[in-house]
Amino acid sequence: MRHILSVTVENEPGVLSRVAGLFSGRGFNIESLNVGPTLDPGVSVMTITTDGDEQIIEQIVKQLRKLITVIKVVDLTDLKSVLREMVLLKVNANDTNRAEILRTVDIFRCKVVDVSIDELTIEATGNYDKISAIVGLLTRFGIKEISRSGMVAMKRSIQN
Amino acid sequence: MELSGAQILLECLKREGVEVLFGFPGGAVIDIYNELPNTSLKHILVRHEQAAIHAADGFARASGKVGCCLVTSGPGATNTVTGIATAYMDSIPVVILTGQVPTPLIGNDAFQEVDIVGITRPCTKHNYLVKDVRELAHVIRQAFYLARSGRPGPVLVDLPKDVMQVKTKFIWPEDVKMRSYNPNVKPHAGQIKKVAQLIRDAERPIIYAGGGVITSQGHEALTWLAQNLHIPVTATLMGLGCFPGKDKLWLGMLGMHGTYAANMAVNNADLVLAVGARFDDRVTGKVSTFAPMAKLVHVDIDPTSIQKNVSVHVPLVSDCRLALEALKEELTPSLTEYDFETGHLPWVSKVRAWAKEHPLSYQPSETTIKPQSVVEKLHELTRGEAVICTEVGQHQMWAAQFYTFNEPNCFLSSGGLGTMGYGFPAAIGAQFARPDKMVIDIAGDGSIQMNIQELATSVCNNLGVKIVILNNGYLGMVRQWQELFYKKNYCSTCMDAQPDFVKLAEAYGATGFRITEPGDLERVLKQALDTPGTVIVDVRVEREENVYPMVPAGASLTDMLLV
Repeated sequence: MRHILSVTVENEPGVLSRVAGLFSGRGFNIESLNVGPTLDPGVSVMTITTDGDEQIIEQIVKQLRKLITVIKVVDLTDLKSVLREMVLLKVNANDTNRAEILRTVDIFRCKVVDVSIDELTIEATGNYDKISAIVGLLTRFGIKEISRSGMVAMKRSIQN
Repeated sequence: MELSGAQILLECLKREGVEVLFGFPGGAVIDIYNELPNTSLKHILVRHEQAAIHAADGFARASGKVGCCLVTSGPGATNTVTGIATAYMDSIPVVILTGQVPTPLIGNDAFQEVDIVGITRPCTKHNYLVKDVRELAHVIRQAFYLARSGRPGPVLVDLPKDVMQVKTKFIWPEDVKMRSYNPNVKPHAGQIKKVAQLIRDAERPIIYAGGGVITSQGHEALTWLAQNLHIPVTATLMGLGCFPGKDKLWLGMLGMHGTYAANMAVNNADLVLAVGARFDDRVTGKVSTFAPMAKLVHVDIDPTSIQKNVSVHVPLVSDCRLALEALKEELTPSLTEYDFETGHLPWVSKVRAWAKEHPLSYQPSETTIKPQSVVEKLHELTRGEAVICTEVGQHQMWAAQFYTFNEPNCFLSSGGLGTMGYGFPAAIGAQFARPDKMVIDIAGDGSIQMNIQELATSVCNNLGVKIVILNNGYLGMVRQWQELFYKKNYCSTCMDAQPDFVKLAEAYGATGFRITEPGDLERVLKQALDTPGTVIVDVRVEREENVYPMVPAGASLTDMLLV
């Protein structure tokens, strides 16, 4: 099962390789990893999307907590949380299908951020399912390039 | 007062209680070496950096303190990696100080530059690169704190040459506080009650103790529990010495080369108390058939050890000594309410019957020396009071099986990583930690050659380390596997062109003995142990003797090959 882990770490050199090395060294899977600073310049937050059965996820969480530079690990899968990913897609567009693509863009509340004679670059934001749906729908027009941010996530204020 | 980085470093080491520093100089650490004569630190010059880390490790295991070593950048640093991994696998507190090229050159592929922090990231508890001399005292303080607290382990500090040269005001940090590191050492009261109840209810309990009992100095509490509640005890290789080997409740080691009684007991127990052990594959055999009838209790200070290899019924994250003492307190009142002795009598009798049915044994011989008999004789001659170090292989298992250990911190062996070449340098470190003790490295003829150069270190420091080589002319453990599982295809396991170990000892200024006849064993061994200084005893043993019992890799513990 897919799990989203929010990992608060000391913002210092090598912290990313400690986390990434832990996953590769122990054979854990990383589906996506996003890292960025917080308001405290000494602290960063990583959002890691991973996959595994309960025992593996338990090990991943414990092993992450064991790293000296890791301050906190929260498994957002168990909580109500907001999950978002941004994706940039460069799609083939010609006179016959441009309108259709723009309609799809509209339905999903995406944005066209760059345009040329035969291409549209689309920015889409959403949770995992929405991004999968957009990518799925645009595939038939021919996606020339794709760049995904990886999941970022946050616990919702109200849990009940 | 302003001090240079090198001066600060050495002052910090002194304040951290470092007595002996094992090391090897080089360009990047000359500034540190330049200051060494101005301190009270004893520096022991090894002949290879791998020996420096093993000696620091041996010092730590024998003393219970943090071991420390100092090496230069590049190859000096990479030569310690095997030793770091050895200490990491066995949770040994060691601080490794490595030189580094000056900070402006880092990343430029400078002479003798290597990214040792990157290389050792997966095999240290933590590591540091000190880029600013003002951080140095803090980092050293944290390094020692991390090494010795929680689940201990090696911590590496990489020290660029310019950081050692530049001066700053020295401020000793009185406290170490780390927001991201707070190991949980105290047992949860509710879990203690649960475990105590399981013990009261158990009919066939067994204690399975590991290195954590020794690290935490929990042996007294463990012995109390076992003896007062009448629970048989088995231990891992790392746990040997945590319970008196002469006690009637002692079953011997369990696992691949464990005793018949220990493996049968685990298989038939209704309660297994795992304390400071980690259900390693060499212990459990086929995991799915491990202790099939038992409720499992797992006491460990490291939460990642729990539920990693097996699913346990009651996890207890705690320092082992504190957990065992809490159990003692919880169960003391029960001693008047329950008659544990009578209650466990059928079980203890059964376990003893297994021990009698298949004790550790071997076929004695009048013509060749049996390796097991050498270990037994060593036990006899040292009254079981020596510190025994081993290399890795058959001799290691025979030492574990046949030298009965009664005290903790007296059996030093590379358990997790299985590092050949560990024993002799570890013995050197142990001798510094325990100058009062006889320190013996039980070695194989293959393993001893991996760090034989340390004869110079041992002789130079007038150490009385005794090396007893169980010489069968083979890499014996691999040969045993080839015999049993690879149709006797003895590929590359026959050690041709061996050195003359007696002459080798003499060449280094040590004393050498050779024993070839069983009749000479006792006399010459005694003579060797009585000889002052470093001694090699080359004992020519039965060449194709196997270690038994043996559970083939991946088989169930009850599928033992017996003598």
